Amino acid sequence: MTIDWQHFTPWASLAGGLILGLASAAFILLNGRVLGISGILGGLFKPAKGDMGWRLAFVAGLLVAPTVWALFAAPVVPRIEAGWPLLILAGLLVGWGTRYGSGCTSGHGVCGLSRLSPRSLVATASFMGAGFATVAIVRHLLA
Amino acid sequence: MNRFVEFAVGLVFGLGLMLSGMTDPGKVIGFLDLIGPWDPSLAFVMGGAILVGVFAFALARRRTTAFLGDAMRLPGSTDIDRRLVIGGLAFGVGWGLAGFCPGPALVSAGAGHIEAIGFSLAMLVGMAVHDLSARPAAHPVVME
Repeated sequence: MTIDWQHFTPWASLAGGLILGLASAAFILLNGRVLGISGILGGLFKPAKGDMGWRLAFVAGLLVAPTVWALFAAPVVPRIEAGWPLLILAGLLVGWGTRYGSGCTSGHGVCGLSRLSPRSLVATASFMGAGFATVAIVRHLLA
Repeated sequence: MNRFVEFAVGLVFGLGLMLSGMTDPGKVIGFLDLIGPWDPSLAFVMGGAILVGVFAFALARRRTTAFLGDAMRLPGSTDIDRRLVIGGLAFGVGWGLAGFCPGPALVSAGAGHIEAIGFSLAMLVGMAVHDLSARPAAHPVVME
């Protein structure tokens, strides 16, 4: 293994991580809810009275973040290598998997590990392990 | 008041994702590529978030109501079962293929990137397939 020093951004990533932690802290302490993106989205499919507004408000915040960002900094240019068939397959897997496994990077990876939940540790190990294996196969075995 | 808090938290979370590098699939895949050259940045994202989160959840655990008055809703399930692992594995494969997890996909969709919009729509379909077909679970499912 070699380190990719050219793309390594420890300070920006640490600062970004601290902000994610602060947002998660605000959500649980102010509103009493775990900040898990897949859980927040999933709840939109079983509409219950009084349960939709907060989910939509949160998602609206996420969607306008790039617009607010652009007021202060250069836009983030995502490097998207996957073609359309792969993007759609990946989207379906991420959507189904996060719901079946009750959480994603935010709910299990950040909030669950912060709660020291063994359940979330197993989930996080599962998706990280599968992510490492998938990239190893796609980038190094098939390429 | 609460709607404003939720919007603001979503906004701040989205900005944090952008600053951290999570909204760039190239960077995510650079982290997932252990064979390398490996970009360890996203370990710092996780570390930074958990550093703050540990204190917040330690405080949350000692309360029954949130500071704005709602009930404190911490996940009750401690089950480590097949669903948890299979769901995690499926999610991880998709994450590794595209480099998007749910939050960053939505943020990039908000920026108008057509691939991110397509990925997000497929993701919502995947969620709907689960949520609209799920049999009632033996135990109530509580999302983390």
